[in-house]
Amino acid sequence: MKSAVLVFPGINRERDMARTLKLISGAEPAMVWHTDTQLPAGTDLVVIPGGFSYGDYLRCGAIAARSPIMDAVRKFAAGGGLVLGVCNGFQILCEAELLPGVLMRNENLRFICREVFLRVERSDTPFTRGYNAGQVIRVPVAHGEGNYIADGETIARLEGEGRVIFRYCSPDGMIDPNWNHNGAINAIAGIVSDKGNVLGMMPHPENHVEASVSPTDGRGLFAGLAEALERAA
Amino acid sequence: MNSVIPNSTPITPALIAEHGLKADEYQRILELIGREPTLTELGIFSAMWNEHCSYKSSKVHLRTLPTTGPHVIQGPGENAGVIDIGDGLACVFKMESHNHPSYIEPYQGAATGVGGILRDVFTMGARPVACLNALSFGDPQHPKTRHLVSGVVAGIGGYGNSFGVPTVGGSVRFHARYDGNCLVNAMAVGIAAKDKIFYSAASGVHMPIVYLGSKTGRDGIHGASMASAEFGEDSEEKRPTVQVGDPFSEKLLLEACLEIMAKGCVIAIQDMGAAGLTSSSTEMGAKGDLGVTLDLDKVPCREEGMSAYEMMLSESQERMLMVLKPEKEKEAESVFRKRGLDFAVVGETTASKRFIVRHRGETMADLPIKELGSEAPVYHRPFVQLPKPPVIDAASVPAPESIAAALETLIGTPDLCSKRWVWEQYDHIILGNTVQRPGGDAAVVRVEDGPKGLALTTDVTPRYCEADSFEGGKQAVAECWRNLTAVGATPLAITDNLNFGNPERPEIMGQFVGCVRGIGEACKVLDFPVVSGNVSLYNETKFPGEDMGRAILPTPSIGGVGLLDDFSKSATLAFKRAGEAILAVGETIGWLGQSIYLREICGREEGAPPPVDLIEERENGDFVRALIRDGTATAAHDLSDGGLAVALAEMAIVSGIGATLSEAPADIPAHAYWFGEDQARYLVTVPAAQAQAVIARAQADGVLAAAIGVTGGEALALPGERPLPLKALSERFESWLPRYMAGGF
Repeated sequence: MKSAVLVFPGINRERDMARTLKLISGAEPAMVWHTDTQLPAGTDLVVIPGGFSYGDYLRCGAIAARSPIMDAVRKFAAGGGLVLGVCNGFQILCEAELLPGVLMRNENLRFICREVFLRVERSDTPFTRGYNAGQVIRVPVAHGEGNYIADGETIARLEGEGRVIFRYCSPDGMIDPNWNHNGAINAIAGIVSDKGNVLGMMPHPENHVEASVSPTDGRGLFAGLAEALERAA
Repeated sequence: MNSVIPNSTPITPALIAEHGLKADEYQRILELIGREPTLTELGIFSAMWNEHCSYKSSKVHLRTLPTTGPHVIQGPGENAGVIDIGDGLACVFKMESHNHPSYIEPYQGAATGVGGILRDVFTMGARPVACLNALSFGDPQHPKTRHLVSGVVAGIGGYGNSFGVPTVGGSVRFHARYDGNCLVNAMAVGIAAKDKIFYSAASGVHMPIVYLGSKTGRDGIHGASMASAEFGEDSEEKRPTVQVGDPFSEKLLLEACLEIMAKGCVIAIQDMGAAGLTSSSTEMGAKGDLGVTLDLDKVPCREEGMSAYEMMLSESQERMLMVLKPEKEKEAESVFRKRGLDFAVVGETTASKRFIVRHRGETMADLPIKELGSEAPVYHRPFVQLPKPPVIDAASVPAPESIAAALETLIGTPDLCSKRWVWEQYDHIILGNTVQRPGGDAAVVRVEDGPKGLALTTDVTPRYCEADSFEGGKQAVAECWRNLTAVGATPLAITDNLNFGNPERPEIMGQFVGCVRGIGEACKVLDFPVVSGNVSLYNETKFPGEDMGRAILPTPSIGGVGLLDDFSKSATLAFKRAGEAILAVGETIGWLGQSIYLREICGREEGAPPPVDLIEERENGDFVRALIRDGTATAAHDLSDGGLAVALAEMAIVSGIGATLSEAPADIPAHAYWFGEDQARYLVTVPAAQAQAVIARAQADGVLAAAIGVTGGEALALPGERPLPLKALSERFESWLPRYMAGGF
């Protein structure tokens, strides 16, 4: 796995992400500064980590989406390269129009940091092959703007094409407003692009990977990716 | 005060008073410089000599605190304290108040409090790894309280979350005595290489002094002076003295500072906090035995036409001052420019020991640099210690109709209820090292990749300090030490954040003196030195129609740091499995004076607080820590507010495992046994088969330990009481704060 972690000013989970990528794949990711115009040669996974790029000024992710490096990411995605955006990364991917929809402020208008339960809707994607479809995983969220929404037509298309990958759910996997902390439509926590190679998700699987510190339900995502890329290589 | 006033304006008594300087203090200035100061100079003196910056009322007492120890690398006097945690690493930490600004503008006041303390830590070369806080608010029924809670919590989260440091712990309390002054004490903790700590003393003559970070604006002018006076009816008008925070810039500043430090560019560094450019530049010069000349035309300004006076007193945030190695200047500049941060050479060090400020071709100030700090007034303020309140006989305190019902009530009171609503607004997991999240006795944060861990907590019981400042000061330190011990850590050192009323009132000064003595005593006996701290006085408000200000409860917040050799062996307070023995460690006599029971159930805030026997504290703590370290204790919890019953409820609620308790000893009234707040106590659980051996081991160590119950079931069953189902208990525990904040009650 040769991953590249994008670093925009104000991004702050780049070290968490880099540590997890290294831990799971064994390979140190490249840290790519936002003014670069090219991804390192041979990159097979681009990760946009969480944080507050540009201080969330204007709109979450709006300025980062227009950074020089994003043209290279668009090209990479268009060629089928795998792109993972977490939290602010998801917001940036939406603003960059690599994914549809937007993330609004949480329904209760407050920042929320807690463990949530996600139902993995599909296991036949490079991002979720480490899980079983219908499996419930426990991962943390930490965001103020994670309330996913898109117009009705887009939502219908996302649902119809099976592009909703993660949903907030109860511990036993039920979709329930009480377990949808940010009010996202259809409890959507993560979606993929039409070609399935770009995933955006609000929760932080990278923070749940080490048994001595936390639950380890986030491992599956990175382990699955590493394996998929190994096979492809 | 604005730029149209010329620097040579005559200094009138009114102007002197406006600057918060007393007549005799002004006289001292005249004697020191031998002439009338310029306006800019008057501003500089007012910034350096106010209570907030000069510690003039507190200094003589702070000197009595123990500040050294085998782990101490740097005690008070730098941006933050530094302790050795082994493996070539150091822990850098400090707690500081931002009380006055937070009351006026809660979001920005709290946010910039966090920003300021983070800068103190990374200025020393440490990467911040955790934040904590200690918050005190007024009566929940006071019309302003909800607004303050909401703004302060959002501000703390807003800054820390964006900056990217986990906020892992803290405390929140409510009391009517904070109606006119809330307290926001923020603590930051960082990790640095032990041999790469950066200090503020400049060295070398004609070295470039470099301004870094954000631009200077007109915000926060006289902020430190505001924090050195009590509030009157005009406190709303002080809003413009509150600074505005930008965590985005601070995160960039952090990365840039750490990068140029790693590249060996930095000789000395000082953040611009209270009294901004004035305080930072004079401190760097004075500590290095050097003069400083500043050219204000070079200072990056946010607004046109700022005067020297305004620039010297601005408290705009996210700014740093450094002395750089001349040959590394260009390299350092590129690091800052890459991140879009300002970088300007604004002056140089000189051999003259003068502090000279030039602006538009004129000398605006020319002062002796060392005397600005060293000659600041020092007061031996008169103080009186109020007589100690009588000890309340537990048997004279009315028993509740039912212990169970009283517990249900207590667990849902503002001070004892769950603070989840607060800490869920703080990102407490970022950086991936938070082993114990908020809600336990102390947070535990893994150090880098382990195996070491830091235990962190903030503590104080202000009602104890009010009743008996000496015992209260001792208790604050002891509880902090106990909380670190309860997770299995060795307590290493503390930072103290001393919040009091107007020190010019002898009874307030008496509280201060008593608390400092108590803190000192406890630190000595527990080998728990003070390595950094902050004093916030004048936390008083004159309400309309009253001639005396109403002071806050004396609140010496103690932030403690402990060390775990193996973070994965830390203990948590949750019961682990059914059928384990619950042991109470320490002596229970049923102390109800100043207890939460007495206040919440009987409506009385009376009596002497529980005394702290520091030797017993130490012995009991060492015993519990040993039980945790050798894996015997499966859960541990310190006993504090609400006593045994509340601690048991907390252990049960968080685990979802109930417990059945034995009868209270016959010689203690049941309500005193269950709710008394005797000190130096813990609850631990051990496998049932080991209970007797553990009790024998305690006896051998001269420690009291008694089996008081067994874990299991889905309810907390106190003897002779209806069992309390955990689901309902948890609901009570969790619901008060969200309901209150949503407008309920």
